[in-house]
Amino acid sequence: MILFDHVTVTYPDAVRAALTDVTFRVPEGELCLVIGPTGAGKSTLLKAACGLVPHFTGGLLEGRVVVEGRDTRDHPPRDLADVVGVVVQDPASGFVTDTVEEELAYTMEQLGLAPSVMRTRVEEVLDLLGLATLRGRPLADLSGGEQQRVAIGSVLTSHPRILVMDEPTSALDPAAAEDVLAALTRLVHDLGMTVLLAEHRLERVVQYADRVISIASDGTTVDGAPAAVLADSVVAPPIVELARLAAWHPVPLSVRDARRRAAPLRERLVGSTANRRPSVAGDHVVRESAVTVLAAPPVTVLAARDLHVRYGRTHAVRGVDLTLSSGQVVALMGRNGSGKSSLLWALQGSGPRTAGQVLIAGPPGAGPKADPASMRPRDARLRVALVPQNPQDLLYLDTVAAECAATDAQIGAAPGATRTLLDGLTTGVPDHAHPRDLSEGQRLALVLAIQLAARPCVLLLDEPTRGLDYAAKRHLAAALSRHAAAGAAVLLSSHDVEFVAESAGRVLVMADGELVADGGVRDILVASPTFAPQVAKILHPVELLTVDDVRRALAATR
Amino acid sequence: MHPLAWWVWALGLAVAVTRTTNPAVIALILASVVLVVLARREDAPSARAFRGFLVLGGCIVAIRVLFYAVVGIKTPGVVLVDIPRVALPSWAVGVELFGPITLTGLLVALYGGLRLATLVVCFGAANALANPKRALRSLPASLHQIGTAIVIAVSVTPQLATAAAGIRRAQRLRGHEPRGVRGLLSTAVPVLTDALSRSLALASSMDSRGYARPLTGRTDRRVSTLVVLALVAASMGTYGLLDGTSPRWLGVPVLVIGAAAAATASILAGRQVRRTRYRPDRWGSPELVVAGCGVVAAVLLVAATATDPASLDPSLSPLGWPQVPPVALLCAVVAAIPATRVFRRSAARGAA
Repeated sequence: MILFDHVTVTYPDAVRAALTDVTFRVPEGELCLVIGPTGAGKSTLLKAACGLVPHFTGGLLEGRVVVEGRDTRDHPPRDLADVVGVVVQDPASGFVTDTVEEELAYTMEQLGLAPSVMRTRVEEVLDLLGLATLRGRPLADLSGGEQQRVAIGSVLTSHPRILVMDEPTSALDPAAAEDVLAALTRLVHDLGMTVLLAEHRLERVVQYADRVISIASDGTTVDGAPAAVLADSVVAPPIVELARLAAWHPVPLSVRDARRRAAPLRERLVGSTANRRPSVAGDHVVRESAVTVLAAPPVTVLAARDLHVRYGRTHAVRGVDLTLSSGQVVALMGRNGSGKSSLLWALQGSGPRTAGQVLIAGPPGAGPKADPASMRPRDARLRVALVPQNPQDLLYLDTVAAECAATDAQIGAAPGATRTLLDGLTTGVPDHAHPRDLSEGQRLALVLAIQLAARPCVLLLDEPTRGLDYAAKRHLAAALSRHAAAGAAVLLSSHDVEFVAESAGRVLVMADGELVADGGVRDILVASPTFAPQVAKILHPVELLTVDDVRRALAATR
Repeated sequence: MHPLAWWVWALGLAVAVTRTTNPAVIALILASVVLVVLARREDAPSARAFRGFLVLGGCIVAIRVLFYAVVGIKTPGVVLVDIPRVALPSWAVGVELFGPITLTGLLVALYGGLRLATLVVCFGAANALANPKRALRSLPASLHQIGTAIVIAVSVTPQLATAAAGIRRAQRLRGHEPRGVRGLLSTAVPVLTDALSRSLALASSMDSRGYARPLTGRTDRRVSTLVVLALVAASMGTYGLLDGTSPRWLGVPVLVIGAAAAATASILAGRQVRRTRYRPDRWGSPELVVAGCGVVAAVLLVAATATDPASLDPSLSPLGWPQVPPVALLCAVVAAIPATRVFRRSAARGAA
């Protein structure tokens, strides 16, 4: 049980409080979802619930936080370890040991459980989260999704009464996220565990929530039943957006509930023109929502043939053939560890490439297509740019202005060019801010601006939507489609089906290092139960993917 | 394999190395260490850092020689390069800048550097073969907390190396080719800020997972009393031992009392920590052999220096070629035993 009693948290040197007068109570056995835009204070609320605020982070906490009858004022986090399990946002940063099995046992060792109990619990959790094959592997060698499962497993082994999780599914593919959430709901329903969970991808979790706490950007909160809170929340999953569009009350939260309500809407849409197969049927280049007038007819800008990547014994990419044309936004999907990142790095040229050939077109007047791996980095970036999974690795100067100026100078652009690009991507990034102090969305925008400044013919993005709220994702989708319309190709890897549905025109599916499917976004996403976005599931057999598609289709019926 | 076995082996070789300045003997031991690491290391991140330790060793030798050339005391002997001495102002008396480089002096620097480098490589070998985090699990309970802190501090170095590689790779994406001092800065700043934020994240994670968790209501006053007693005894005993005029009872006996008090305090403090071990490492015959090899190698060279010191310290005036005495050869062979294949099979059986 968690109780917040008039809690206000102010960090040292902060202009305003991170949380303002927060009062709520989460009874035992509830799954409570914390929502809000990026930087609103979700992490602060979670950290306050497990004692890390203020014991670890510093700052001033007014009011009272009581967890399982223990006031966090008198109990530092280590004294709460037997009742609260914490899963942090970046799982790799929280690992204490080196191998999967030791990590699962670590908390139990600290709590002094008997060795026989530890053995059985480790085995149980290995099975529960499908980690049995990874038990002896070094944690550093696991893929992001596997690490996240280990992080979740390592708190489950000590059987805490309360779980506090910060975006536990952000690195997981849709199927793995379903598994983890199913395991969580089982713990909540069968064992009466209390779960406090922050998440950006509400479409994945909202149906399991018993209560929603919505934090506004000023640090105040509203809490209540999910349907009531979400009905007028700033951040809302597609299902809620659709409900608002169709004026359903109360708001349905699961696809099942929505489908029951959606029959009249489906009938209206079946007759609409926009639901017909796109006019460019078969040519899965651009979806009608993303159609922009291209400056020139599409040309092939990237051609890869028989690409292989091996790391030691692992064969990460096995014989991939791929062509990208200008004007395309292409999504690369596939389960965790299927070789998506390896493929992107190999295409870019600085990652390992065991065999195969990559040819990428250059800017006008740069000659024929060439392999970026054979070029100097500053020349290669005019052809292909990659935004890696941790975009902040690209940044090394101490202000936003300095980063922009360095980029201008390096590519020989007019001073201010990068800054102009940045302003086009997002608003309100102060010039003098340190890049590390920016929100996730702003930092991604800065890196994107730096990479786009060189006007690369091919833009590659590795999991760009981690930690972004819906508004930031919309900005990103718009920026990508603008860049594609200017005659470039965009290839992004993502687990976020809603973002893919919104931004991409073509989808590639990767499994075990091979491309197993390549087609238009509708063909791939609608056909697969795991990859189908919420709107498609609700309106099936009407083939619409996003709320915007529905809005447009409805406008056409009128 | 029990991690302590590897640490005992590596420490034994380190002791052996400190007994000699003979470059041939040191090179033999170094070769044994590298051989064992190549044969026995596992595919883990800590094992991959061994190459870094070898590079560090090379740097140590180079820096030692450079320092000799710049500020070292110029021993008389065959002059190799005659660099004029730089006159320093009177306040820096005693420090010589440059001067003639002699063969004797150069060899002293080279031998010293090689010995230090080999010590570092021995440490690196233990780090590569026995994961330091696993070694920590064998510490007594009262030292567990401090041990964890030390091990994390030690494992930061390889982590910094991987972080630096990742950041350089990412920066090449934006066409940034780090060179020179500015290049170093552009990598170092993100690596260090990254390391700092990572260590904070790790600390918070350990805290919320119950690290350093005391048993409630069981603070033992006796522990602090005993620790104070041990400290007082240690300082008094050392004083008594070093000062020839003090009474005899103030030396060794007081030191023994201090050690006993410290041990008791450790046991009592251990009772306040309730912590168990998941699948503890067992100490069997393979571990005994590995640790034994290190101990025997150390004993061989310690005994050799006691009986025949000349053979392990090559003569520098007059200059002579370093010899390889049979005992040193035996020591190197013993040090290399853990690399053998026969032994590996028995170890696998021991683990099963």
